[in-house]
Amino acid sequence: MPKYLLSVWSTEGEAPPPEDEMQEMFAAVARFNDEVREEGAWVFAGGLHPADTATVVDGRGGEAVTTDGPFAESKEQMGGFWVVEAPDLDAAIDLARRGSAACRGQVEVRPFQDDV
Amino acid sequence: MNSPERSVGDDPARVVEQVFREEYGRVVAALVRRFGDIELAEDVAQEAFVEAMRRWPGSGPPPKPGAWLTTTARNRAIDRLRRESTRDARHAQAAMLIDDDGDVDPMSLSSVPDERLRLIFTCCHPALGRDAQVALTLRLLGGLTTAEIARAFLVDEAAMAKRLTRSKAKIKAAHIPYRVPPDHELPSRLAGVLATLYLVFNEGYLPSSPDTVVRTDLSAEAIRLTRVLAGLMPDEPEVLGLLALMLLTEARRPARFAEGVLVTLPDQDRSRWDASLVAEGHRLVRACLRRGRPGPYQIQAAVNAVHTDAASAENTDWRQIAALYDQLFALTPTPVVALNRAVAVAERDGAAAGLAALEAVDGLASYHAYQAARADLLRRLGREAEAADAYRIAVELSANPAERAYLEERLAGLEE
Repeated sequence: MPKYLLSVWSTEGEAPPPEDEMQEMFAAVARFNDEVREEGAWVFAGGLHPADTATVVDGRGGEAVTTDGPFAESKEQMGGFWVVEAPDLDAAIDLARRGSAACRGQVEVRPFQDDV
Repeated sequence: MNSPERSVGDDPARVVEQVFREEYGRVVAALVRRFGDIELAEDVAQEAFVEAMRRWPGSGPPPKPGAWLTTTARNRAIDRLRRESTRDARHAQAAMLIDDDGDVDPMSLSSVPDERLRLIFTCCHPALGRDAQVALTLRLLGGLTTAEIARAFLVDEAAMAKRLTRSKAKIKAAHIPYRVPPDHELPSRLAGVLATLYLVFNEGYLPSSPDTVVRTDLSAEAIRLTRVLAGLMPDEPEVLGLLALMLLTEARRPARFAEGVLVTLPDQDRSRWDASLVAEGHRLVRACLRRGRPGPYQIQAAVNAVHTDAASAENTDWRQIAALYDQLFALTPTPVVALNRAVAVAERDGAAAGLAALEAVDGLASYHAYQAARADLLRRLGREAEAADAYRIAVELSANPAERAYLEERLAGLEE
């Protein structure tokens, strides 16, 4: 079955929502996660710390050359993701729609390369 | 729905060309459904048409050319997959060979299921950009070559080839399904398909490019594909509505230009309208009315039915047209609909009322049709200096040479 990365994107530096809204959002995401598991679509998911906690490693020269910060110097950064199994893009889009509503963010749907 | 008369002459190349035009989409759609691979489907469909070119001059076309082509192409695909599967046992498509429905004698194959509907929904999937949807629809269902599509949309062939390749790769990689959407998604997905077909039609009817007045081939192809869709979805009134809208618009084409200058509706020679297209359009509009499920395309078709029902511009039932635009605005409250409504109000209640309605519309100051309508109303109210300014703005905004020529004539008329 095809797998898709559903990644949640947001603009860094925007003020976080008030505490009660955050709690509602966490609850909605937890409910959505349960649904994904029940529907058998769940592979893996997680939320990420902000992009300024990231480190870029370049091992192409043998030794690790590390750089502080995210790879792309962009305001738009990935804040979390789901990896799901879905029979086709329409099913993946439907999961993304529900995930987007739950986490109140825009979701990018990207297919994994097929298993070899 | 009348299918076009198949008048096959004696020239075998022309026979194949005509069959190609009519059958290409059906053959490709059947193959995509069978093998799940657009590239493969296109390759073997092309091979089958080449084979037809070779064989039909001697034997004449078979009684069911589409079925013959589909079977020939299908057998080629199976041969190709067998060869590949012996090289690569893991080849996913090898599985397709197991449920093979046998080596049927092509001549005995009485019918091929029509899979074009699925393919239209794949080509117009909302995960693809509108440009990609248009290109894929014309390529896979219309059978236009990449060069033809590139020419029609004035991009170079390499860019169009890249667009098509990228779109087909996305369909494959992201697993965009070949499927008619389920009922709860159908209205919005069908709206996307209709918008794509209407875009193709309009690009042929009033092209936005500065170098061409009109590209009839694109309009004709849009009508042909919409007829196919109407045949496949006879219960969807909006499909019939779009077809009626296209036919009633197309019917007026012979009267729309005089020596490269646009002739607007009130000044058109109505005897030059295509009476059979008008009659068919009216029939479709009546069929839509009986269903009582109005939608934006049906209402626009009804407006055009009122226009084409009038023996002269003076006899136009503007009261009804204004009411139809009210109804359309209730469904789709866009500035462009408000503009059309204001024009109808001007005819029903006078230029002053029309101008008031027009000036209440926001956001169209840089739309050529808005400025042209404003100029016309100002002229009728005797406000000539303001009218001239509006005509000048409209000329600058218009991308179509025939329309520009018309607006310049109007402007010159004011300055005399």
